[in-house]
Amino acid sequence: MSATTKNRVVSRASANVRGTARPPFWTTRRRDVLTGYLFIAPQLAGVLLFVLVPVGLAIWYSLNDWNVFTGKQTFVGAEHYTALASDPQLPSVLLATAIFSGGVVILNITLGLLIAVLLNRRFRGATLFRTLFFSPVVVSVVAWTLVWGFLLQDNGGINGMLATIGIEGPNWLQHGDTAMLSVIITQVVRSVGVNMVLFLSALQGVPSQLYEAARMDGAGSRTIFTRITLPLISPTLLLTAIITIVGALQSFAQIAVLTGGGPELSTTVLVYYVFQQAFEFNDIGYGSTLALMLLSFVMLLTLLQWQLRRKWVFHEQ
Amino acid sequence: MINARKALGALALTAIVGLSAACSGTAAETSGPAELRMTVWTSNEAQLKLLNSIGDAYRADHPDVSKITFESLPFADYNTTLTTQIAGGNAPDLAWMGDLSKDLIASDALVGLTDKLKATDGWQYDDLLGSVTAEYSRNGTLYAYPFSNSPFALYVNTDLLAKAGQKIDPATLTWDQVAAAGAAVHEKTGKAGFVIRDFDYKSWNVLATVWTGFGAAAWSQDGKTCTFASPEMQKAFSFLHDAAFTSKAMPSPGTTADFFAGDAAFTIAQVSRASLLTGSFKFGLHPLPTGPAGKYAVLGQAGVGVLTSSKHQSQALDFLAYLTNPSNAEKLAQFFPPPRKSLLTGAKLAANNKTLSAEQLQSVVVDQLPNAVTLPNHTSPAEIAQKGKTALDAMWKADADIPAVLRSVCAAIEPILAK
Repeated sequence: MSATTKNRVVSRASANVRGTARPPFWTTRRRDVLTGYLFIAPQLAGVLLFVLVPVGLAIWYSLNDWNVFTGKQTFVGAEHYTALASDPQLPSVLLATAIFSGGVVILNITLGLLIAVLLNRRFRGATLFRTLFFSPVVVSVVAWTLVWGFLLQDNGGINGMLATIGIEGPNWLQHGDTAMLSVIITQVVRSVGVNMVLFLSALQGVPSQLYEAARMDGAGSRTIFTRITLPLISPTLLLTAIITIVGALQSFAQIAVLTGGGPELSTTVLVYYVFQQAFEFNDIGYGSTLALMLLSFVMLLTLLQWQLRRKWVFHEQ
Repeated sequence: MINARKALGALALTAIVGLSAACSGTAAETSGPAELRMTVWTSNEAQLKLLNSIGDAYRADHPDVSKITFESLPFADYNTTLTTQIAGGNAPDLAWMGDLSKDLIASDALVGLTDKLKATDGWQYDDLLGSVTAEYSRNGTLYAYPFSNSPFALYVNTDLLAKAGQKIDPATLTWDQVAAAGAAVHEKTGKAGFVIRDFDYKSWNVLATVWTGFGAAAWSQDGKTCTFASPEMQKAFSFLHDAAFTSKAMPSPGTTADFFAGDAAFTIAQVSRASLLTGSFKFGLHPLPTGPAGKYAVLGQAGVGVLTSSKHQSQALDFLAYLTNPSNAEKLAQFFPPPRKSLLTGAKLAANNKTLSAEQLQSVVVDQLPNAVTLPNHTSPAEIAQKGKTALDAMWKADADIPAVLRSVCAAIEPILAK
């Protein structure tokens, strides 16, 4: 008989002696469950307060028209959802969101991986270069974007530098295509350091004997990279893809400070459009509907990536 | 266990009651001394000091008000912050307002002031200038006191003009002459010609300081019909487009030039911006240049009103009447051009102005106010501004189709005007 079973028997026996058949409320199992819940309570409270409640409220707001000046709410049902189909600006906004997010993801992951591969080699000053590439990450996004705003002006620093080599630079932020390129590059240069560090860590986890064996078998650099390195860092590749896509879909400050969504609607991404509708135009109902659309995009993309991980990820630790 | 259940029940009930109270947002008058809060967008220490001194003097005679706070909000986010406060049930009792006034009045979010001001001893309601109260009135009732009425004027850097060998006659100055002199300054000195301050190819409503001179308007008097595509507006935008892309009299999009830093020959800005003059160059200040439609004046306004959501409406209303009485209006006039006829003389305005002379203030403020039109203002100002800007972005290209762009502006904003 184990000690626990013995205790239970003793406990029941003494209860019978007292004439009360009721077992004690705080059993070991209940204590364990409570302890577990207490440990996760802060995180659970955070998720409840700052994620689930706001999402619930957003769903409620999306079903109402809210006059923010008087506080009066009128239930309109699915009116805001049907308005999505007739919003003349929404197609341009979704296109800008796709171009921005796609551009940021492709450039960020490619550049991050390239820099990580280069800096993974042993050479003098490698630490300095790693610090240099990572340092923009810790700079305030607004300060970073403001400085880039000055540099990208027609008479700004970038065109000044181009002029010294005889190139007349474009008016970067005043034309749709160059404005989008500018916000993508500004975002990538600032955030590529995070992916670089993650890739560096993954690259350093690849066993060196695999490279040695491949070289002995006569594999070239390209073959080694595609057949050994990429498959072995694929979990990190998946992680960075998810982080970068979600980050790109949430990019707000860069757009607000650098272009204000213009020229025309060329850089109005969905999250900025949500802000405009809800907080500038005071259309909380439609803004909430757009926010829920953005949330569903993020969830769908994340789900899709997790589903595709079997194809992408060749091993999981 | 029963105790635990009781405790949980009590906790849930407390939370529900607390939430209900927090969300109810009723504007019922509360008992006891009131604490008033007024949102402003200034962070100027002297202005806040004056407001606080007026607040302190009021409290000394009014024990029913225990505290008056002037909450300074950043100007760039003022409308958003104020709206969020109102929507969140944390509305101030009184608020400064600019282009949000139409929305607030249309939503019945402001308390009518006329009866209270007329009934206040010595307030002198008839002293208010009719042209400056129209913007804040509906059906004969005033909803916000227009504490600041700053006309737009032409600032001239006479040093730069002399350097470029240019002379102007302010008495007969036209927009074409300004553009010609500006282009010459740009060509000879590399500095900018004329700058419409705060426009920056985004805030198109300040272009009313130009198009009004061409006889154009953004929309009809009743605010229902867009008039952007009118022939007068086409002429005005042709003039601006030519200045930006052909004569280069105006800095092109994406180029910054600060008149007050000595980077431009002319700027159109409100008279209150004279405080930015540092004395680093000689300047002239004149009424707006004459346009093809003749002489005109444009005004930028700010008002202060009491919100209907205030829990201390009567005290807030009483304080507003005190804040804007003739004596305090004179004190406020050192910072903000007043709406009172009795205070609108060049000599009185100059008494508190270290930068501008009595003659300058007489010609650019006092003489302009009676006939001045205000900058375009409408309900849903942010939506109109954004949709108008999005359409107007196509204007700021060298090969822009001006009539087509102006028609697209109307297509973009007409549904909002019609609401």
